[in-house]
Amino acid sequence: MPFTNINIKSKTIFEDIIKNIFKSSALFSILITVSIVIILVKDSLVFFSDISVIEFFTETSWNPTIKPEKFGIWPLMSGTLLFTFTTALIALPIGLLTAVFLSEYVSSGIRKVLKPFLELLAGLPTVVYGFFALVYITPFLRNVFPAIQAFNVLSASIVVAIMIIPTIASLSEDAMKAVPFYLRAASYSLGGNKYETSAKVVIPAALSGIVSSFILGISRAIGETMAVTIAAGNLARMVNPLNPGDAFLKPIQTMTAAMVEIGMSDVTGDSIAYKSLFAIGLTLFCMTLLMNFLSQYFKEKFKNKYK
Amino acid sequence: MKCKLYRLFIDKAFAIVCAVATCIGILALIVLLYNVIADAAGWLDWDFISKTPSRFAAKAGIYPLIIGSFMVVALVALFSLPLGVCAAVYLEEYAEKNRLTKVIETNIANLAGVPSIIFGLLGLGIFVSFMGLGPGIVLVGAFTLTLRVLPIVIISTQEAIRAVPDTLREASYGLGASQWQTIHHVVLPKALPSIMTGLILSVSNAIGESAPLIMVGVATSIFRAPTGLLSPFGALPLQIFAWSDYPVKEFQHGVVPAAIVVLLAILIFLNLTTIYIRNKYQQKGD
Repeated sequence: MPFTNINIKSKTIFEDIIKNIFKSSALFSILITVSIVIILVKDSLVFFSDISVIEFFTETSWNPTIKPEKFGIWPLMSGTLLFTFTTALIALPIGLLTAVFLSEYVSSGIRKVLKPFLELLAGLPTVVYGFFALVYITPFLRNVFPAIQAFNVLSASIVVAIMIIPTIASLSEDAMKAVPFYLRAASYSLGGNKYETSAKVVIPAALSGIVSSFILGISRAIGETMAVTIAAGNLARMVNPLNPGDAFLKPIQTMTAAMVEIGMSDVTGDSIAYKSLFAIGLTLFCMTLLMNFLSQYFKEKFKNKYK
Repeated sequence: MKCKLYRLFIDKAFAIVCAVATCIGILALIVLLYNVIADAAGWLDWDFISKTPSRFAAKAGIYPLIIGSFMVVALVALFSLPLGVCAAVYLEEYAEKNRLTKVIETNIANLAGVPSIIFGLLGLGIFVSFMGLGPGIVLVGAFTLTLRVLPIVIISTQEAIRAVPDTLREASYGLGASQWQTIHHVVLPKALPSIMTGLILSVSNAIGESAPLIMVGVATSIFRAPTGLLSPFGALPLQIFAWSDYPVKEFQHGVVPAAIVVLLAILIFLNLTTIYIRNKYQQKGD
């Protein structure tokens, strides 16, 4: 009897140690986030002591390495927004229609065949997509738009759209599948056909889940790096979306591409250009974090709706 | 009310539009892959795989990059497996439903959505600037990519553990096993195939990563295979990036497609491994 007692006690101490090892690994993920924030903020503060925040957000040219250096994020921001907007314009409708098709139209057998192919689209490395855009898609687009330049927004947007369609489609499909069957049954019994049921009942019912997938897809596009660096070029300029020929068919530079450019140049660790990496990084981090939170908010909202 | 024929037309048209939307991405990819394979033909031979990169297309090879990619990715698997599994076991088996758990889970979901280039800055800040490790060496690359894939490994491991039915845990407790014994002898063995599948998929993400590696100073062109943890290395996607804007036909329609085919072949091999694992263990279980 006492023997078992001792044994149980030592067992519980051992179990406690194990549990704490596991717990610290879980807490390690919080440490990662905290480190990201500390590193981005610390070096951004050094950057903003040289270049004022106001200048960073109002100056309209970006020229980090050649004198006179200019550190205005607007050219990069406008490039990123234009690229993201174009990508969303292609990917959101296609992703949504794909989700409708998978959730409402096909049997589970066909869905099982289609899904691995769709997932393949998201699985290719982004450099490969960038190369596809530069070497195959841009020359093809030249047949349609003779004025298109070697580096341009349009082909980069097309490949990144292909890349994020699976994310949007699969999350939207999950949302549509979660819409209870009685809503569809009600629509059919009132004489609605498949289109009317999908477009006027299922999509509205799944809307917050769909919005969540859209936001996540857009946030992916904002953070996308290699495909835009390879295909959309490295020309930091203010884009004017009202002049499509100028905006879509010419090179831009996104925030991520600017970071790659500085990362590959031989700027030293104490130069302003090096510190500007972290200022752009912080801006990018805040943008994607906000979107991820928004996406989760809509996801939770949807989950609670049909609990 | 709109006439019946109009409604029928819209209904059928919508079905077709949805089907086309579903296939368009897949078809585009098939066309692109066909192009890349056709371009790679004639360039992809043993010389290409066993030689070093060169500015001359005829002499170019990718041997050092294959070695670099494999070394880094093996380390990423080695580092992220224990960390990922421990975190997932805690969240699924031990954690109470409280504020802290919620914070950890939200945090992991958010980390999975942070752009990979930000992890590059993290690696630059911690491993290169703070810890003073050399830029662009194997260990720094592996550490950085580990942080990048860790959230994905945790999430997929959580799913694997969640799929283990509670009846098995109850049976184990019923025989007098402790919580750790249950996890060690029942839950983890049962979840292992799915955990490995998730790990392999996450690691194949790491093989294709380039942005974080550029940020921690990995050279885009390198001529020697790494010899140890502290030696500089190159990775296949980075060389593809470096070569992709050589405005030379032999590169754009020869060498680079060949390198891409090798990269994709590695990824397909890894994916096939996961399918093999899944099929093999699904038959044995249940």
